[in-house]
Amino acid sequence: MTVPKIETYFDEDRLPLPFCPGCGHTIILQKLNEALVDLQLDPHKVVLVTDIGCSGLSDKFFTTNTFHGLHGRSLTYASGIKLQNPKLEVLVIIGDGGCGIGGQHLLNAARRNIGIKVLVFNNFNYGMTGGEHSVTTPPGMRTATTPAGQLEQPLDICRTVAVNGASYARRTTTFDKELRSHILETISTEGFALLDIWELCTSYFAPRNRLSRKQMEKTLEELSFPTGVIVQRSKPEFSRAVHQAAEQQKGIPLSRPVEFPVLYEHNLSKRKGLILAGDAGTKIGSAARIFCSAGLYAGLHTSQRHDYPVTVQSGFSVSEIVLSPSAIEHPGVDQPAWVIALFPAGLKKILPIIHELPPESTVYLDASLPDVETSASVFRLDFTSAGRAAKRRENHALTALAAFIQHAGLFDLQALEDATGLRKAFAEQNLEAVQAGKTLLQG
Amino acid sequence: MKVLMNGCDAIVQAALDSECTFFAGYPITPATPILLQMIRELPKVGGVAIQGEDEITSMGLCIGAVMTGARALTATSGPGMSLYSENLGLAIMAEVPMVIVDVQRMGPATGAATTTAQGDIQFLRWGTSGGYPLIVLCPTNVEECYNLTCLAFELSEKYRVPVILATDKETAATLQTVETDLFKKCPPPIRETADTGKPYKPYAVKDPAGVPQMAHFGGEQLVRFNTSTHDPAGYMTKNPAEIEALNTHLADKIEAHREELEFTETDIQDGAETLVISYGVTARSAGTAVKQARAAGRKVSFLTIHSLWPVPEKAVRMALEGVQEIIVAELNHGQYRREIERLAGETRSVVGVHRVDGDLITPEQILQEGGLA
Repeated sequence: MTVPKIETYFDEDRLPLPFCPGCGHTIILQKLNEALVDLQLDPHKVVLVTDIGCSGLSDKFFTTNTFHGLHGRSLTYASGIKLQNPKLEVLVIIGDGGCGIGGQHLLNAARRNIGIKVLVFNNFNYGMTGGEHSVTTPPGMRTATTPAGQLEQPLDICRTVAVNGASYARRTTTFDKELRSHILETISTEGFALLDIWELCTSYFAPRNRLSRKQMEKTLEELSFPTGVIVQRSKPEFSRAVHQAAEQQKGIPLSRPVEFPVLYEHNLSKRKGLILAGDAGTKIGSAARIFCSAGLYAGLHTSQRHDYPVTVQSGFSVSEIVLSPSAIEHPGVDQPAWVIALFPAGLKKILPIIHELPPESTVYLDASLPDVETSASVFRLDFTSAGRAAKRRENHALTALAAFIQHAGLFDLQALEDATGLRKAFAEQNLEAVQAGKTLLQG
Repeated sequence: MKVLMNGCDAIVQAALDSECTFFAGYPITPATPILLQMIRELPKVGGVAIQGEDEITSMGLCIGAVMTGARALTATSGPGMSLYSENLGLAIMAEVPMVIVDVQRMGPATGAATTTAQGDIQFLRWGTSGGYPLIVLCPTNVEECYNLTCLAFELSEKYRVPVILATDKETAATLQTVETDLFKKCPPPIRETADTGKPYKPYAVKDPAGVPQMAHFGGEQLVRFNTSTHDPAGYMTKNPAEIEALNTHLADKIEAHREELEFTETDIQDGAETLVISYGVTARSAGTAVKQARAAGRKVSFLTIHSLWPVPEKAVRMALEGVQEIIVAELNHGQYRREIERLAGETRSVVGVHRVDGDLITPEQILQEGGLA
């Protein structure tokens, strides 16, 4: 069965095009239609994405899929469409205004080399709102918002996307007899392609600046903005690259949390809080997580809230742990039953809490730290006397937790030993650290 | 079975169980773990997860993907929600089903990075132009992060509307013992797409409170997506009757289903003259406070709100019956108290328990400031 040739991609019922007499938009849309007829693309496989401004009126005249979105964001919707279905031909119609407000997206779509095809309707001003200046208004030109003439440097859209990774960029004007073939070439590019089409806004910009075809070409020269192909290269297209990369991950089992059977008993009658305080890089957080896992093996409910400054590798590292024989209802550790302080920055952070502790609380303090003012009982932890494994800075947290479990008679230390096996990469070292804790508080 | 999980873990698991296939997000504490996990997990099931160059892009990518057949999730925090605002409006206007997680942190602006808060509650409802409704769900703990994320996907599909899961740093980041048995069954919601053959109008509804059938770019139907005021066929319109019909529909499709969108937990005590109302992480402290007050002989009822928007007015009104004093506990200056005051009328007193120093409201604070001690 032969598919009948598509004679036009315009919706004849909606024509004529609504633009002002002499407006370049009319010319570009006619040439776009001709290019689509040349390509004979299935309209179901084409999505025409527009945003705001006069050029944003374009989509409704075409019989393809259409997406009319927010100012400057057309590039993001187009990228989402292309990422979801790389087989679709995704065309973007954007104005010079859209390239300003959506400049961030323009840079990044080009940088990714995502295969969306961008036609810039570049008439140097905002035609829909009264002729204000845009990012492409040439120096000296008058607009509603540049009464003394434009003082800003215009954006070179083509060279910007070219230097940032686009597959294709070309600058032309609506007076170019080859506009249709340039559009065709833009659409036929695999990666990110952009056609910057300079044109006349006959309501505002052209009359205000006596801009004619000749004057426009002179401006290009004065700005040293090259016309023609600015970049054309073959590079991997982004949406396909994303799907290819994902293909290699396909079928790998999803990560699911470890389930904890209850293997041991505990001696906790009510909810209690523990604070483990140390310095960055001393594995406070991971030791606390192992401890919480051990608690689950012992049939407890545990929670861990971790705090550290914005800098990850300097300053304090503090874990607040709640232990409870029943489900933990309200979050947070109010007044901890136990505090373990191992390093200076951690101690400094929690010192106000230690000062307020009641006599029934217990503080475990590294032997090298200064004395603390508190009503709680204080036990010193001397890691220098507990063997080689205990001496290692990054083992102190687990070693201290092992000593604490024994000292407080919380649950069988075997639960903590079991929990060290959960992170295979550090299992051996962590087990050594736990075992070193067995003798830490003896004598 | 017991596991150790935080809210972010549960949200990701629920999204995967809901057959979410697309994620785009921008790094921001405390929502980043969702981005990291989706980047790791989604390709395994053939989905796409991507880091946008900013939050605006992340929303745009999700919206484009949804209209091309994806089920999408994004996650951010307050400063990111500010940037989501314009596309949130687009998603309401053009009826894009998607789920947005707001892991709230202290504001305004970048705030005290990164401490917990519940300061986005009114913003989530009114944070985009036009004031049209959407759905906001609010989990109190990790199990509810799972259950309400599943529900969020279901409701987003059912009503073709963005659904926001309003959680907070504490719930999202604190590792917690979780009973996975408490996870509700999470069958992936069905998206009914338009039949082939018939002439397709992307925004046609049988009645104003109905929901238009979706079709995807690249499918059998030609789709006209439009964020400007549009007619049923998706063409921009300035016809007053068509404008009114669309706007009425956007309001009615949520407002007419308010009662189906009420998700609350009511714990009434007979003869109670005091009602404690809370939501999110603060509801957990409120729950403990209520237990302690009852143990001390006070008669107190307790209402936990899981669906903040639309306001579950029926459940609130029922809980208010016979009550003289209401205590509303929340981590802001009283944002949701406004809604309760509106419903409570002038004869009842409404007391706010607030905290804005980055730490959590404790049960003791509720007992003291609520006059329950």
